[in-house]
Amino acid sequence: MPVFQLRPISAPRMNLALRIEALHKTYRGGFEALKGIDLSVTEGDFFALLGPNGAGKSTTIGIITSLVRKTSGRVSIFDYEIDSQPSQAKRLIGLVPQEFNFNQFEPVEEILLNQAGYYGLGRRAAKQQAEHFLKKLGLWDKRDVQARDLSGGMKRRLMIARAMVHTPRILILDEPTAGVDIEIRRAMWAFMQEINSNGTTIILTTHYLEEAENLCRNVAIINAGKIIENTSMKAILNKLDFETYVLDLANPLHQMPNIEGIETKLIDPVTLEVEVDQRTNLNWVFCELNRLGIAVSSLRNKHNRLEELFLHLTQAA
Amino acid sequence: MTPSEQLHALATILVKEILRFSRIWLQTILPPAITTGLYFVIFGGLIGPRIGEMEGFSYMEFIVPGLIMMSIITNAYANVVSSFYMAKFTHSVEEMLVSPVPNYIILLGYTAGGIARGLAVGLVVTVVSLFFSELQVQDFGISISIAFLTAALFSLAGFINAVYAKSFDDISIIPTFVLTPLTYLGGIFYSVAMLPNFWQQVSLLNPILYMINAFRYGLLGVSDIPVGISYIIICGFIFVLFLVCLYLLSTGKGIRD
Repeated sequence: MPVFQLRPISAPRMNLALRIEALHKTYRGGFEALKGIDLSVTEGDFFALLGPNGAGKSTTIGIITSLVRKTSGRVSIFDYEIDSQPSQAKRLIGLVPQEFNFNQFEPVEEILLNQAGYYGLGRRAAKQQAEHFLKKLGLWDKRDVQARDLSGGMKRRLMIARAMVHTPRILILDEPTAGVDIEIRRAMWAFMQEINSNGTTIILTTHYLEEAENLCRNVAIINAGKIIENTSMKAILNKLDFETYVLDLANPLHQMPNIEGIETKLIDPVTLEVEVDQRTNLNWVFCELNRLGIAVSSLRNKHNRLEELFLHLTQAA
Repeated sequence: MTPSEQLHALATILVKEILRFSRIWLQTILPPAITTGLYFVIFGGLIGPRIGEMEGFSYMEFIVPGLIMMSIITNAYANVVSSFYMAKFTHSVEEMLVSPVPNYIILLGYTAGGIARGLAVGLVVTVVSLFFSELQVQDFGISISIAFLTAALFSLAGFINAVYAKSFDDISIIPTFVLTPLTYLGGIFYSVAMLPNFWQQVSLLNPILYMINAFRYGLLGVSDIPVGISYIIICGFIFVLFLVCLYLLSTGKGIRD
């Protein structure tokens, strides 16, 4: 647990960590990034905000964290409106942005000490917090190193440590594991799950949909400035009524097989894609392939389930 | 934020700024000392004796206040404009923008950083001047307060430049084409009383003239301008620039989309 706790703010009665109502954003030049989105995230949730590039995810996060000015609408953090009570709202948020946004010439520990200072922590308390989170994220032995000398994965972890240094109640992670190897990614997942289980609400945007599927309990999909899906991860995955499998064939095939009720696509002579309705029994598919004399040596999913659904929803929209 | 939390935030920004310019002292502290040392050698030591006395002082003694003030002005300005522009450029300014630290604390922090560097360099230049001339201080309070207020004024001016700057070129245009000419024409090397009447009146439009003369009054006890007017003008500029900076921060000019 963190060594230092922020001065308690009167406990909110409602359990909404984030509430967004009719949020619009039109950039100078006329580009309408958000077209009136509504979104709620309950306290303690691990929430995925997904969407293709340019959908409005980063704009939404920018408005929540005061980096982007909204055109209209309301945003509140634990019932503190960002317009009328910005100080109270801001102290409850931790942000891990998509791009590295620290001074690359500052030593690692100093970056955390400064961030803690901006939240009003004294030097001593800030040092305790910095030590706690640098150790937690495996950066303590790098505390005197200039940030520019860290590896990409370390820089990502540094941004998480920095976002946590004032013990926020809601942590917003904008593609935190982009470009990070799988071992570090899994360690970061474990850290996120730990802080979430300790009560921190997490909002995650990611292009690794496997990550969202594994970590998040609820999900919203945003596309072209509109929320097109907002439900639990379980419910959204249940909507997936088809899956695409990739079959590696034992022998080359020169002609596309025709199986009634299944869409097939011959990628190359030894790779066949089949799109199967979820109600279809896979045994029946194999029987049909067997009947046509096609031997399968291995099978895998083309996309993970959420990815499949994501593509379906965003392309349809 | 409570007042004590705001003080912690202010101290954080100030310490960060001091550490920043101290880390690169070869770029921030040493060059002004060398440049001013050269001024002392050439204008004070070589040319000065041929010029003779100015307002009852040797030429070397006369130019010391102006050269100290020039280093304070340029360094206070340079510190804030480069630091805040770099924070924008690297997006590290977002660290402050997402936090609850109020805009006026951000502004005070950067201004304090500019003052710290301006006065640090001013002190180094003063020490250098001791190798060439005896330092006279007629009024310690006026000398220190004018140096402090001038550093504050140009820190605020540097902040405005940084807010509007969109490239590294933009942070050097004002110092090169505005600040340096106004400083040189502000009476560092001469008394405005030497100028024809018309140019004396034109010189009165140069705010730096008031600062250099007030500082000269503090050190030598002579000035072309009544020192009270200098205080009014400097404080007036500080007030206006502070409000402009706060307005720019509140509207998010150059820092928020």
